[in-house]
Amino acid sequence: MTVKIFVPTDAAALSVGADTVARAIVVEATRLGADVDVRRTSSRGLLWLEPLVEVAVGAARLGFGPVTPDDVADLAAAGLFDPQRVAHIAHHLAIGNVEKHPFLSRQTRLTFARAGLTEALSLDDYRNTGGLRGLERALSLGPKQVIEDVIASGLRGRGGAGFPTGIKWKTVGATSAAQKYIVCNADEGDSGTFADRMLMEGDPFALIEGMTIAALAVGATKGLIYVRSEYPHAIATLHKALATARTAGLLGHSVADSGVPFDIDVRVGAGSYVCGEETAMLDSLEGKRGVVRAKPPLPAHAGLFGRPTVVNNVLSLAATPHILADGADSYASLGTDRSCGTMPIQLAGNIKHGGLFEAAFGLTLGQLVDDIGGGTASGRPVKAVQVGGPLGAYFPVSLFDTLFDYEAFAARDGLIGHGGIVVFDDTADMARQARFAFEFCAIESCGKCTPCRIGAVRGAETIDKVMRGTDVDDNLALIDDLCDTMKLGSLCALGGFTPYPVRSAIQHFPEDFRRDHRRFIAAE
Amino acid sequence: MTNVEPWNETQARAIIEAHAALDGALLPILHAMNDQFGYVPRDAIPLIADMLNLSRAEVHGVATFYHDFRTEPAGRSVIKICRAEACQAMGCEPLVARAESQLGISCGETTPDGRISLQAVYCLGLCATAPAAMIEDRVVGRLTDEKLEHLLLESGR
Repeated sequence: MTVKIFVPTDAAALSVGADTVARAIVVEATRLGADVDVRRTSSRGLLWLEPLVEVAVGAARLGFGPVTPDDVADLAAAGLFDPQRVAHIAHHLAIGNVEKHPFLSRQTRLTFARAGLTEALSLDDYRNTGGLRGLERALSLGPKQVIEDVIASGLRGRGGAGFPTGIKWKTVGATSAAQKYIVCNADEGDSGTFADRMLMEGDPFALIEGMTIAALAVGATKGLIYVRSEYPHAIATLHKALATARTAGLLGHSVADSGVPFDIDVRVGAGSYVCGEETAMLDSLEGKRGVVRAKPPLPAHAGLFGRPTVVNNVLSLAATPHILADGADSYASLGTDRSCGTMPIQLAGNIKHGGLFEAAFGLTLGQLVDDIGGGTASGRPVKAVQVGGPLGAYFPVSLFDTLFDYEAFAARDGLIGHGGIVVFDDTADMARQARFAFEFCAIESCGKCTPCRIGAVRGAETIDKVMRGTDVDDNLALIDDLCDTMKLGSLCALGGFTPYPVRSAIQHFPEDFRRDHRRFIAAE
Repeated sequence: MTNVEPWNETQARAIIEAHAALDGALLPILHAMNDQFGYVPRDAIPLIADMLNLSRAEVHGVATFYHDFRTEPAGRSVIKICRAEACQAMGCEPLVARAESQLGISCGETTPDGRISLQAVYCLGLCATAPAAMIEDRVVGRLTDEKLEHLLLESGR
């Protein structure tokens, strides 16, 4: 009997040797004369266990990870290729039934329901796991009801701003124009986030289906996915998936025989963080410098090439097939008051169990970092976690009771952003982290507005003075004032939110801003 | 950057023609130039401007705005090391310092023998297998001194 073995193709798995492990399995199986079928699936998102090798035993899959090529012979000798013995392998890499692993069993996976189960480019796999049901229902409901369903689901933009997706669609739907666009923001530049990447690499048809539903709802005929150039694997997968979708009649002059035309192109970013801001992205798509536009007009009214445009994040779009297929109510019933549904949370940085954790809103930060994430990878105490990317606040352990939802984080001067949580241990120097926030803003500023362009440079210089111990109190006051200017005067979130990491670092870790000062005085 | 070719106007024209019909063709064209020649040669700017009916200043402005587009030829291998927060939390800075001192260059520079370009990137989306690096399109996670040593020795040979 053929033994099915699964090895992920996700870039995170590849980065730690999944390809060589897959090859080693084939070589070892051939050597032993074992009948194995190695399938390359998406990743489960238990990234600390990558490369995670799974073996099908009946309906279950037994996992082993993190596997190195050198482990393969060992595991094979223990019975990896033998369905009778594999369940009894007492190897230190054995994690048992993967579905029952606490990291996975505690999740509510909607957007990532297929993660680790299907082959990314198999449209059959996609269909067999509930794919395209949302599109079918959208076609039967008609545009107006689709928009109502998305509004009723409570889905809010997963890119970070948290604007209700359905309202955006309604606005574009209400416009009349010769050409409307669906733009997918796949410029996932926040450090600590990788959910967009995993979805594009692992379940590209979900994004294509979501964009198609959006197009039908608002009357757009052209879609563009703006992917960052740092994601070559996602770009390659998307190109292949789009070709497959066209061949299958899901895209083109008549989407799924509906008579409605819609097609999608991939455009590649060029290393600019600010192009993740929707208006800068539109300019970039138009072939210009990625400079932020003043709003209004909203992209919904005058977006790409001045036409009405829906700009949604990958995760927002990929959530809609599920919402349409299983109903807005089931989605809205998850989560907290105004943060409905699930959020693919990304646990990253210095964390023991890093990976993708999709759950309904409402877990506490402490549960996510300590219980689920297992604390730091280094084994040292957690000092700070940055939530929401480079523009997100640093939270100390004393704020670990904060609920993970849009409002609770805002109430504590933070943001959940795109759902990334980066953990730092007690060796982190928060003055350096605050300086980095300014430095990053200076590197990535588009230059259009003064508070961001100049403020970021002056901010970094002033923190340097603080770190040298020069007029610490005065310079900290100056930084606070500068933060006000940037927050209130910047055109977009790059300059406007840089104060979050800076101020939170100063507020929660004041000792780090006086450390060198003390050393300086001691040296005198 | 292993298969880059020297500047060739005929090829450059072909690249521009192949993309000119796209809406917002400039970025795809600059990417194609960057891939073909390893950078966006100065001579390409007036050519693109002419064929897309843009001013040279506009094309120059776009080409120099984005970090990806090089104004100088890249090394035979481009090593990108992530310096964003998740990788910082896992100690990317000592690795960057090590790479810089071993190659005798700073991030953003190319070794005098043209073997390696070292580049900082801000996030490769490998934040749970940090520190991360990318060599051409190959990704490397859980970067250690040993892995880095190997990359520095083997790349661009």
